[in-house]
Amino acid sequence: MNRRNFLKNSLMTAVTLTTLSGFLIKPKSVFAAWPKTSFDITNLDESIKSVYGHNDLSETTKVKLKAPDIAENGAIVPINVKTALKNVESIMIFVENNPQPLSSGYNLTSKSLPIIGTRIKMGKTSKIIAAVKSEGKVFSASKEVKVTIGGCGG
Amino acid sequence: MSTIKIRAKERNGSVTVKTLMKHPMETGQRVNKKTGDKIPAHFIQEVIAKANGDEVIVVHWGPAVSKNPYLTFVYNGSKGDELELTWLDNKGNRDSKTVEVK
Amino acid sequence: MVSINKVFYILLFVSLNIYASPEDDLADFQNYFKNKFPNTEFSDYKNGVYSIDSSSREQWESIEEFPPYEINIEQGEELFNVPFKNGNTYASCFRNNGIGIRQNYPYFDEDKDEIITLELAINNCRKKNGEKPLSYYKGGPMADISAYMAYTSRGKIIDIEIPNYKAEEAYESGKKLYFTKVGQLNFSCADCHVYYPGTKLRADITSPAIGHPTHFPVYRSRAGRMVTLHERFAGCLNRVRAKPFKAQQDEYKNLEYFLTYMSNGLEINGPGSRK
Repeated sequence: MNRRNFLKNSLMTAVTLTTLSGFLIKPKSVFAAWPKTSFDITNLDESIKSVYGHNDLSETTKVKLKAPDIAENGAIVPINVKTALKNVESIMIFVENNPQPLSSGYNLTSKSLPIIGTRIKMGKTSKIIAAVKSEGKVFSASKEVKVTIGGCGG
Repeated sequence: MSTIKIRAKERNGSVTVKTLMKHPMETGQRVNKKTGDKIPAHFIQEVIAKANGDEVIVVHWGPAVSKNPYLTFVYNGSKGDELELTWLDNKGNRDSKTVEVK
Repeated sequence: MVSINKVFYILLFVSLNIYASPEDDLADFQNYFKNKFPNTEFSDYKNGVYSIDSSSREQWESIEEFPPYEINIEQGEELFNVPFKNGNTYASCFRNNGIGIRQNYPYFDEDKDEIITLELAINNCRKKNGEKPLSYYKGGPMADISAYMAYTSRGKIIDIEIPNYKAEEAYESGKKLYFTKVGQLNFSCADCHVYYPGTKLRADITSPAIGHPTHFPVYRSRAGRMVTLHERFAGCLNRVRAKPFKAQQDEYKNLEYFLTYMSNGLEINGPGSRK
């Protein structure tokens, strides 16, 4: 699968990063630059569509999403995604009830193994969706993470 | 002081990379309680990892990633690989660090 | 069932108030928790709430794989090693050059007749060398230096001494405050951390009293920065709608003295991560 064709077909907008002094610091990369449009979208379905061109996700047990049942703190929720699927191009993490559902995207290369982890902010209880693109198809796994607030911890 | 901390270990041909970056990851939604103004968004947008000059992963982050963000990923590599990690944020700042895979 | 517990609690309260020696108090206090949480290893109390709650422990362990406070330890080490304008260093103010000594704090200074906490000692060092004091609040360099010094002391066992009658008075004063109900909500420290640890307070689970000082200062994710012990005391008092004392005020120093004494036998594992 030609990566350049994939980029042409995607709806990711190219954004040039410039400093105030006009110094161009966009990295030389085979991947499209930061997808501003996708990160700005406030609706989950539209967010997914903006990334893949459709929102036809196939739930599968081959995608493993690890997230707590109840987040100890919504500011720092550990998330891990791995999959047995082959030729994974990208992994995206969506948080349904966040102001902007797309939290992050992981663009893999032929050297990558499809295993990633990070810590995200969640505004409130929400379904987390891990979407994995493999050989042209998008697979997913989801989990509801409860976020509670209040208490003596402040 | 570098804003990037990296741990990179090879085992059975796979290198597991764990990294912590110092960054406010400000969403742009928080309000300054004194002035009433919104604190402007300031967050890492891209993290690029290269092993011996070849791209290994390109990460796109939004402001929903936690403050002082953490990232872990795995790639096929060897001990002694020169692993370079670079982040770029929405204000045009950047930092980079290179370590040798153990 | 509730009334039997209440009798037990009253007896505990009374027994800790009748003139018993601090050593007796320590044994009673630690035995009380050992009975309350029989499945918890004594040494694990250093992990606070995570010693008694498995689901939050899993998340905490995930954070501990690469905790944000590592940044603060590095910053603290740098600050610790920068000489003052007069050429002296922090190392010159402390035993063993300031490395691996956190477990000795707070101590009762028999010459000055006062409790010296680690943070106070850091500022005393600065004062002695013509530097301005650092703030005890909102993280910053004080918390970073304290984090570094705690880190170099990891594994060291807390063994606070009460050398004389005046020190014992300070200890008793701290103990009294611990069990006194304060604030609009009329809570004492003991209410959450002795009588009802392991219970839910809205979204929080109350942690047991023993082990509290072992892991400070902490990186609080909610605040996105380091928090020192006295700032945490102030936070708790605010929450029960009491007017907090000032950091390093006698009341807090005595409280820290009492609290740390009650953690004798546990190891230093600071700095820590908390929600």
